Amino acid sequence: MFEAIAFYLFAALTIVMFTITVMTSQALYAITAMAAGMIFISAFFFILGADFLGAIQIIVYTGAVMALYAFGMMFFDTTRDVVEKRTNPQIVFVLGVLAAVMVVAIVVAPIVSNNIQALYPVIPEVGNSQAVGMVLFTKYLVPFEVAAVMLLVAMIAGIVLAGKKMDKSLTLMGEEEIEMMQAGNQSHHERGEH
Amino acid sequence: MEITLSHYLVLSTVLFTIGLIGVMRRKNLLMLFFATEILLNATNIAFAAISHYIGDLSGQLFAFFIIAIAASEVAVGLGLLIVWYKRTGKIDLDQMTSMRG
Repeated sequence: MFEAIAFYLFAALTIVMFTITVMTSQALYAITAMAAGMIFISAFFFILGADFLGAIQIIVYTGAVMALYAFGMMFFDTTRDVVEKRTNPQIVFVLGVLAAVMVVAIVVAPIVSNNIQALYPVIPEVGNSQAVGMVLFTKYLVPFEVAAVMLLVAMIAGIVLAGKKMDKSLTLMGEEEIEMMQAGNQSHHERGEH
Repeated sequence: MEITLSHYLVLSTVLFTIGLIGVMRRKNLLMLFFATEILLNATNIAFAAISHYIGDLSGQLFAFFIIAIAASEVAVGLGLLIVWYKRTGKIDLDQMTSMRG
């Protein structure tokens, strides 16, 4: 009973939050609504008994991903209203029908093979975190290491891409120094082009 | 009032559809990233629900890997977006058509 109440409550909240994220024209409303939606999604994981996954969802999404987005939004002009896409309605219709057919195919796919065996069954004696660790560090050890390398590559790429010219602090420089730096950059660019 | 696997799959499909609508109607690249996050989270719910109702832990582990992929996507994508914004001052998709084809 409580499970049903929690499910319907959090389902309604999540759908409302993500609809706001998709439909609003203000970037700040979108990021706030998405942060709320991520926390509401972790509620489903707790209901489903995946405690570790719910904790990871809160830590990674609202701790890391949202902080990254907020950091990125400092660079962009977020006060301006977002212009919406106005494309050919026929293309939108065809794409919508194709996407709907694909989603239906994905959802009804388990009908074809309904004899699924549990390869790594849930062990009732230990908690969720311990069970996840036991499977993760035996069967899924190689994907775990590959994911670690992928995160390292992403971190280096983020630093290299976003951290350019971050050693120069524009707030601590005088006006003349900034102009000299910009002039130096422009002459450098022109020399590079010719 | 039993919550079954179908409830979770329907919810996941609804969230996935919201994300697809976002991908199709957004022009701002930052908003497009938000829509992709919604898509990934919708699949995460489906994975966790199937993992619970079949009694198999693999679904949760796939959800972990999806979260890792989402985090690296955000890091690399935002880095590229900042570089593009510094160069052009815009993050709209329509201004990115540099190849004439």
